[in-house]
Amino acid sequence: MNRLVIKGGRVVDPAQNLDGFYNIYVMGGRVASIKKVEADTSEVGTGVDVVDATGLVVVPGLIDPHVHLREPGYEYKEDISTGAKAAAAGGFTAVMCMANTKPVNDNESVTRYILKKAEGQPVRVYPVGAVTQGQKGERLTEMSELKSAGCVAVSDDGVPISDPGLMRRALEYSSQFQMPVITHAEDARLVGHGSMNEGVVATRLGLKGIPNAAEDVIVARDISLAELTGGRLHVAHVSTRGSVELIRRAKERGVKVTAEATPHHLTLTDEAVIGYRTEAKMNPPLRDKEDVEALRAGIKDGTIDCVATDHAPHASIEKDVEFDKAANGIIGLETAFSVVYGLVEEGVLTLTEAVRAMSCGPAKAFKLAGGKLSVGSPADIAIFDLNRSWTVEPAKLKSKSKNTPWAGKELKGVAVKTILGGVVVYTKE
Amino acid sequence: MKKIVLDDKAIERALARVAHEIIERNKGTENLVILGIPTRGYHLALRLRKKIEEIEGVCLPVGAVDATLYRDDLGIKKDQPSLKRMEIPPVDGKKVVMVDDVLFTGRTIRAAMNALMDFGRPLAIQLAVLVDRGHRELPIKADYIGKNLPTSRKEGVKVHLSETDGVNEVVVTVAPAEGTKQ
Amino acid sequence: MRLKRKDLLGIEDLTRDELELILSTAASFKEVSEREIKKVPTLRGKTVINLFYEPSTRTRTSFEIAAKRMSADAVNISVSTSSVVKGETLRDTARNLEAMRPDCIVVRHASSGTPHMLAGFVGCSVVNAGDGAHEHPSQALLDMLTVKEKKGTLAGLKIAIVGDIAHSRVARSNIYGFTKMGSEVTVAGPPTMLPAGIEKLGCKVTSNVEDALKGTDVIMMLRIQMERQSESFFPTVREYSRVYGLDETKLKRAKDDVIILHPGPINRGVEISSEVADGPYSLILDQVTNGVAVRMAIFYLLLGTAKEEQQIQAGKV
Repeated sequence: MNRLVIKGGRVVDPAQNLDGFYNIYVMGGRVASIKKVEADTSEVGTGVDVVDATGLVVVPGLIDPHVHLREPGYEYKEDISTGAKAAAAGGFTAVMCMANTKPVNDNESVTRYILKKAEGQPVRVYPVGAVTQGQKGERLTEMSELKSAGCVAVSDDGVPISDPGLMRRALEYSSQFQMPVITHAEDARLVGHGSMNEGVVATRLGLKGIPNAAEDVIVARDISLAELTGGRLHVAHVSTRGSVELIRRAKERGVKVTAEATPHHLTLTDEAVIGYRTEAKMNPPLRDKEDVEALRAGIKDGTIDCVATDHAPHASIEKDVEFDKAANGIIGLETAFSVVYGLVEEGVLTLTEAVRAMSCGPAKAFKLAGGKLSVGSPADIAIFDLNRSWTVEPAKLKSKSKNTPWAGKELKGVAVKTILGGVVVYTKE
Repeated sequence: MKKIVLDDKAIERALARVAHEIIERNKGTENLVILGIPTRGYHLALRLRKKIEEIEGVCLPVGAVDATLYRDDLGIKKDQPSLKRMEIPPVDGKKVVMVDDVLFTGRTIRAAMNALMDFGRPLAIQLAVLVDRGHRELPIKADYIGKNLPTSRKEGVKVHLSETDGVNEVVVTVAPAEGTKQ
Repeated sequence: MRLKRKDLLGIEDLTRDELELILSTAASFKEVSEREIKKVPTLRGKTVINLFYEPSTRTRTSFEIAAKRMSADAVNISVSTSSVVKGETLRDTARNLEAMRPDCIVVRHASSGTPHMLAGFVGCSVVNAGDGAHEHPSQALLDMLTVKEKKGTLAGLKIAIVGDIAHSRVARSNIYGFTKMGSEVTVAGPPTMLPAGIEKLGCKVTSNVEDALKGTDVIMMLRIQMERQSESFFPTVREYSRVYGLDETKLKRAKDDVIILHPGPINRGVEISSEVADGPYSLILDQVTNGVAVRMAIFYLLLGTAKEEQQIQAGKV
């Protein structure tokens, strides 16, 4: 039985309202005890590994409710192994992988394949099943089977569900399995051929715009449907101020809705596209300053429960092309914490708020183990050095793909150790 | 350091002599066209026309031939020359007197002749310059010279005309000795 | 005086001084096209590649003639598919072209920003010959040259640009160009065809054509793409023509000495009536002539400088 003690670190665990200096004792893959450093007189016995966390911050292992691991089918972009290693290097101990693989994760054989591949990887992988067969938006998947195979939620992410009737049925039907429906909230016809946020930047660049309303109308629709059905709705990658407000009001009314925002939507605006930078092209697009402000406020007041990277690896053949032809999305697992920590440095969020959105927020929204460091919880732990800076060098990232808007940027906050089930799975060189 | 080598009067005398020589060499003014190389060569061409008219009572056609697009140093020069006036009267079968202020390497004249050839086939081309400072790099020589001015390559020769510079003078500037800063 | 840049990608990033330099140089080049021997040796030994991903006989021919009149070798490459379809990145395309050692690549592409991206990948000059709905700098320059010839100056002129502003690269380049030169630009079109935030480019915006034309010195009519009808940007050609088309009646609101520009080719009877198109105010053919001169000036200013310098500049990109 492995035993580990993490000594002397500043422990921030929003689930327990903890922020102080504690020693964490781990036994059998779980948190065995947690003691205030100054009151801890216990002797460390032999056979116990000691992690010295002096000067470091110890938090629950980060949980990313939205990644694309691309396997099966798109292994040239990423596979479960490289994706998992990228996650561990970013301080994550659990990720939820989306269903838009090839074949689509719409049946138990794909789910089991993913879980098989995920065995022995440095993070827990929770598959998300498709809402509709083949993500075609026509017929519901066999959700009972998906659930028993290991899916924790259903989503057609990447392809918005355009038929409101179908969305209603999905929310109703999935509710019996306690699987939230994750909505990729976009009206395809309002998106049209748009390739960035609608506004003066798009006008100047001569690119077709995607209005905020393309997202707002679907968020409003899906909230209404969740209200009607009592189903569990999770809004993926919220990008607009309108959505934030709709979700806030819905929560006040008691609608079962949760939401996530990405590190990039929390920090970048559509001006990042200037120069036709395809690494700033994503769906939903980067919005304007007011939207960014609204998202930040949403994280702060809990309207937005989680930060999710929407880690979307793409190869150069999909990104080094004409802007309007380039694929949507960026990688994010290895930069997520540093980017969100940037908001703490800026004074926008407290460290507790940032950690909450990246650990217990997603754990609660999807009823996942972890996300807290209370006694008996899985010992999924991340240790960060908040005083250390690093420069994002795409070639050195663990992800197979290099499509990041932070290439060459200096970020503060580095994951130095990631612990999964009491075992150190990642150590920063 | 600069030294005036020709003043207003000297320039006028030199031009008057050149005008006489042109008339003499061509046995009159028949079939003559004067083409100046902008900017100062063009103004000198206009002055020569006036002098010839004073002597012969004939007003010759004057044009401008800009050699810029025909230069051989466009790919070398740091600063790009701006395009100047190009106004070429009919030259087929004419005796063309090209006028420039300073004859130095001969490269401008080569370029101007090439430019001129694109407009027609003159019977003859003659060259008149106010100053010949030597250091030819091409087999070109002037037919009419206002003043021969032996110079070193380090020196600069500048012609100032009232039309463009508000003063009539030819000055030689001496480059500073090596090692000193400008 | 020289243009201190490797590429000409748009009017937005040019200064007024640079615009004036290009226009005055272009005015000088008009003379070359009037000679019997319409050729100067200035760019002898330089290679210009016309890389057209979108068919455009007019613009391509104009660039080709301009290059040839400067004695450059012009090679035309027409590509019908995007790099995505070919399974090649733009970087690959750029490197392949560069291996042929051109001095300049002239690019026309349906996707906005492609010349910009190419310019970042190659060391030679890149000239934007129209990219998506972004910019068409040589068109705007020839429009400015044409207006300047007729009006003597651009400062203080009232310019109305009418039609499908949203999809028009010509509109964007002209808004930047004329406003930088001190003209007052008004754009007019159906609200469906006025892009978000267009007023921030420095122009006035209206959907009332009569207002836009009132007292104007220059009218620029944009070509309407018929396929916009099926996308509901306007209901019918008939209605578009009635409300936004330029006819003799609407023209009366402009100044008496108004001039009319059109980037061509015209949809007669749609955005502009035949009487107006063939009328005395129309400078459509002057635009074509000036197009060659402007493009000669662009080549001269970009390619007629010291190579070494250019390489240093290229290294910075």
